[in-house]
Amino acid sequence: MTNEILAQYANYALASAALVITVAMLCYALYLAQAVPVREAAEVRADAKVPATVGAGEAKGEDPPSSVVAAETPLKARKAAGIAGSLSWLGAALLLASFALRGFAVERFPLGNLFEFSVAGAFFAMAVYSVAGLRRDVRWLGVFVTAFVVLLLMVASTAWYVEADEVVPSLKSYWLPIHVTVATLSVGIFVVGAIVSALYLMSDRGVGSERFWRKLPEASALEKFSYSLHIIGFPLWTFTLIAGAIWAREAWGAYWNWDPKEVWTFVIWTVYAAYLHARATKNTSRRTANWIAIAGFACIVINYTVVNFYFIGQHSYAQ
Amino acid sequence: MATRTRPEREVTQPRLGVVGYLRWGWRQLTSMRTALFLLLLLAIGAVPGSVFPQRSIDPAQTDAWLARHETTGPWLDRLGAFDVYSSPWFSAIYLLLFISLIGCILPRTAVHWKALRSKPPRAPKRLARLEAHADGEVEGDLAQVREAATAVLRKRRFRVASHDEGSVSAERGYGKETGNLVFHTALVTLIIGVAVGHLWGWKADVVVPSGDSFVSTVTRYDTFAPGPFVDESSLSPFAVEVEEMTADFNDREPTAQTFGQPRDFEAHVNVTEADGSTFTDSVKVNHPLEMDGATVFLLGNGYAPVVTVKDDDGKVLYQGATPFLAQDGNYRSTGAVKVGAASPEQFGFVGLFLPTAYIDPELGPVSVFPDTKSPALAMSMYTGELFPDGRPQSVFTLDTASMEAVNNAEGTDQLRLWLTPGESAELPDGKGTISFDGVERFAGFSVRHDPGKGLTLWSALAALAGLIATLTIKRRRVFVRLVQDGDVVRVDVGGMSKDDDERLPEIVREIRDELVGQSRTS
Ligand code: HEM
Repeated sequence: MTNEILAQYANYALASAALVITVAMLCYALYLAQAVPVREAAEVRADAKVPATVGAGEAKGEDPPSSVVAAETPLKARKAAGIAGSLSWLGAALLLASFALRGFAVERFPLGNLFEFSVAGAFFAMAVYSVAGLRRDVRWLGVFVTAFVVLLLMVASTAWYVEADEVVPSLKSYWLPIHVTVATLSVGIFVVGAIVSALYLMSDRGVGSERFWRKLPEASALEKFSYSLHIIGFPLWTFTLIAGAIWAREAWGAYWNWDPKEVWTFVIWTVYAAYLHARATKNTSRRTANWIAIAGFACIVINYTVVNFYFIGQHSYAQ
Repeated sequence: MATRTRPEREVTQPRLGVVGYLRWGWRQLTSMRTALFLLLLLAIGAVPGSVFPQRSIDPAQTDAWLARHETTGPWLDRLGAFDVYSSPWFSAIYLLLFISLIGCILPRTAVHWKALRSKPPRAPKRLARLEAHADGEVEGDLAQVREAATAVLRKRRFRVASHDEGSVSAERGYGKETGNLVFHTALVTLIIGVAVGHLWGWKADVVVPSGDSFVSTVTRYDTFAPGPFVDESSLSPFAVEVEEMTADFNDREPTAQTFGQPRDFEAHVNVTEADGSTFTDSVKVNHPLEMDGATVFLLGNGYAPVVTVKDDDGKVLYQGATPFLAQDGNYRSTGAVKVGAASPEQFGFVGLFLPTAYIDPELGPVSVFPDTKSPALAMSMYTGELFPDGRPQSVFTLDTASMEAVNNAEGTDQLRLWLTPGESAELPDGKGTISFDGVERFAGFSVRHDPGKGLTLWSALAALAGLIATLTIKRRRVFVRLVQDGDVVRVDVGGMSKDDDERLPEIVREIRDELVGQSRTS
């Protein structure tokens, strides 16, 4: 049934994607290394001792006018970022091609196991990043996103690889593409959101070199960017939860069984709901809120690894 | 948005009195911070249920776990680790959360209701101080420009009010709070829907071999689990006949990892509804049979060997397809044949059905493929009382407490029958014959009635819609101040928002442009 040649092409596309994204990562690293701190021009050098960060959650800080973009960033660095940007699109396209070829190879929707989730999740993370780049300057973020994706693809194609094949009857439903695609898309968004939240927390603390953090947007801007990603991811995850429940009823007879996978989908949802609450609560600092967002992402990682491999439930086929 | 945690001043106030404490407690419970805390607690509280086997889902696994952990098991059991979602502490968390939620929704609804009917507030004196600001000049007189400003803002779907000659106030984005209230209210109705399902719903299981049928009544079901308020006589008595049960296993790629995995199950059924109308359908995984009073799900399947037992005179004592319960992926199945009509002594058989039989040197009789490639029935025989004290027992097992094992003709060992389809065997002591006539498949149905499911589903969808509204809509206020300066009117536009609103400066500028441009052309 399965078309081995197509599956082979899917793997070639995946390997090319990994290679392309690795090169993109190196270019982004080069860009960041050479970039001139964005905010240097905007700030008086004399007060270099004062961390460039405005306290989280405090009154809206005086953001530097956005016109002071680092005009002095060397041409070489800008070129590197340009190349990296094109490679990111190419990498995303190759991941999509790999995904599609795999789908043709197995003659079903290719989101039936952890390996396939990872490829799709990597695609969505790259796509979310690239699309975000259409609306704002996110070159500073490239190295972090590509590094995560490269790591994910490495683990997926070694530890989690499974041969292309059909799925068990309970997975044969039009709910599979709906439920899992949206789940994976929101995971892609949460990946980028978690990276930005982590950068915010480190920038806010001034971890490591101060000069480095000045190459990135200001901490409060990072925080807002992270929020704007999370408020897209959260409704999508809510949809995932609802679609999963509808499907569970059709496949197993009850819309909610407290199956480990369901429990974790719910836990992730609740933690992100807590993040949105924390962010809206005046007395809770933005830092706390972002730690909760990171905790939410940790739950996603647990959901896709520990829960898939160690907890026995009706979802165990996802191995 | 009105119920944020108050400053802690009240905590240190000396005498509060009972009412004061109650009020204080209520305010604490309905504060955003408590909601946040309870949400996180709910998330943490749900986790153990995914780590430990849950009694309500898989009692056998729970017992096995308890048997393996003699010391920690009972302690964890006392803490509710095996019944997390019905444990007092988990219930306490979500009940508190929902009380808090209701305590939050009610006052906010009142506040929002008022806001919806009141005018936007008076414009501040100095608009240049606001987050977003733009100014310009137009020719014309004050009243005319004010009219134009009102029109521009209305067109942008702002609610507009004018508190004096020289200013216009506008606000939009009330949908944000409406969406938020819809979301939180829908969570409450969702839980009500779940509760209705638990209280007035029921679920039942029934095993039906091909060619057999069942009527939806409490007595016909193998198991029946009603909610506390279910009237058991009110079940809608529809009937379902399984014309044929089909299964497909992967036997096409002997080298693949998934060789032998199931591919498709389908029960072809003839349905007679309570009102007598009939139709045919097929029930599959992911394709349940939706009826008026219940839904029929295909959740299991297996083999039902057709067995005939005759007495010495050739009279049929037992005949029928007897379901055997699969124990592994290759359908090594266990079951029992109970010959209640035998006299003077009842007898029965227990044993294995193997769809593709193979005698493993170490494991003994096993099945190596889930389909019926070379079926065999391996059974031993017992005589005695089948249903001591009339105790109910599973159709798949034989209670041998009041029975005795039958030995083979030589008396050397327990009698072991090994039959392939079409074969029959002589029973010892002139008890007759048993024959294995063929194999049918059975369908394992789960039948459920959930009167709350519609409310639950619609609530979930309403929550999603409310959520999208509250997260995408921005609440904005825009003010316009106008000052006549000879032939021209000086226009000041200012905007403010409670939310992170990146587009606000742009919008304020656009409004200024529209106003200035529009008046110019007129
Ligand atoms: C079942 C538990 C709850 C869940 C899952 C939940 C979820 C959420 C979510 C996802 C939001 C984000 C929407 C937004 O930012 O506008 C939100 C906002 C909000 N929630 Fe809840 N909530 C719950 C309980 C409560 C309770 C008990 C309160 C009252 C204390 C409350 C008060 C609020 C308020 C005031 C906002 C708006 C924040 C703002 O935008 O300023 N929630 N809630």
